[in-house]
Amino acid sequence: MSSTEHTAGTHVHRDDVGSRMGMWLFLFTELILFGGMFLLYSVYRFQYADEFHLAAKELNTIMGAFNTAVLLTSSLTMVLAIIAIQRDQKALSILLQLITIFLALFFLVNKYFEWTAKFHYGIYPGGEELLAKSSGEILFFGLYYVMTGLHGIHVIIGMFLIAVMTRQTRTGTINKDSYVRLENAGLYWHLVDIIWIFLFPLFYLIT
Amino acid sequence: MQIHDKPHEHSHSYGAYILVWLALMALTAITVAVAGMDIGRFTVATALIIASFKAYLVLTVFMHLRSETKTFVVFVIVALLFLGISFLLLFSDYSFH
Repeated sequence: MSSTEHTAGTHVHRDDVGSRMGMWLFLFTELILFGGMFLLYSVYRFQYADEFHLAAKELNTIMGAFNTAVLLTSSLTMVLAIIAIQRDQKALSILLQLITIFLALFFLVNKYFEWTAKFHYGIYPGGEELLAKSSGEILFFGLYYVMTGLHGIHVIIGMFLIAVMTRQTRTGTINKDSYVRLENAGLYWHLVDIIWIFLFPLFYLIT
Repeated sequence: MQIHDKPHEHSHSYGAYILVWLALMALTAITVAVAGMDIGRFTVATALIIASFKAYLVLTVFMHLRSETKTFVVFVIVALLFLGISFLLLFSDYSFH
């Protein structure tokens, strides 16, 4: 592309657009992964509308809304971390990335308390209390644990991914001229956010 | 061309992102408030419309789809289209059982 233009020795072959495109292609596989589960959810929800409404009452809406806010805020700090590195504000970028990781952890801690409260009441896959309920409610909680669980795994992966980016920002591998990795980690993180944006109303707000 | 060596530039400022974040938070509050009201079968539809709008904001602003080339937009539309087709086929099959 620009072989005549580069200054001697400093030219590194790089394709940021291609890199981001690759990341988007990966995100589409994630879309299909979660999409399949949303399909399953919608069919069962259609079949057991009343049971789903009843079961959703067990979930804590305040907790869910709070976690939504936590994840949305983490998306903001992630995108600001990219702007910061573009402006060569390295320390600020690292700080924003650390806040993002902290918020992700906070989300998981909330989820932990939410799940353990349910476990306490015997509402977990195979739990006595749950098995005594109607089949529609059992399906609701089955989907709840699988979908929020898989989402939780994505949050954990995202945390590690951002932690690696923070390290690379510190060492200078990611800098104001080369930050596509941080952008891609950001894309992943925003996708995790988007999935939660749909999970939240479908599980918490259908009472 | 020198431009190919330069990293992708986004013309957003910190403030623009904070505004979008505020909009997302407000939409979350609205969706919770609407769910508390009794509007029957429109509850789910309203929640999904608000969720879709939030996802649109995240895609276009946070994920920079607005400032990417057309190719990216076409990619996303095709991916969503196929997901839409899956839903359509499944429900057309399901409702005739």
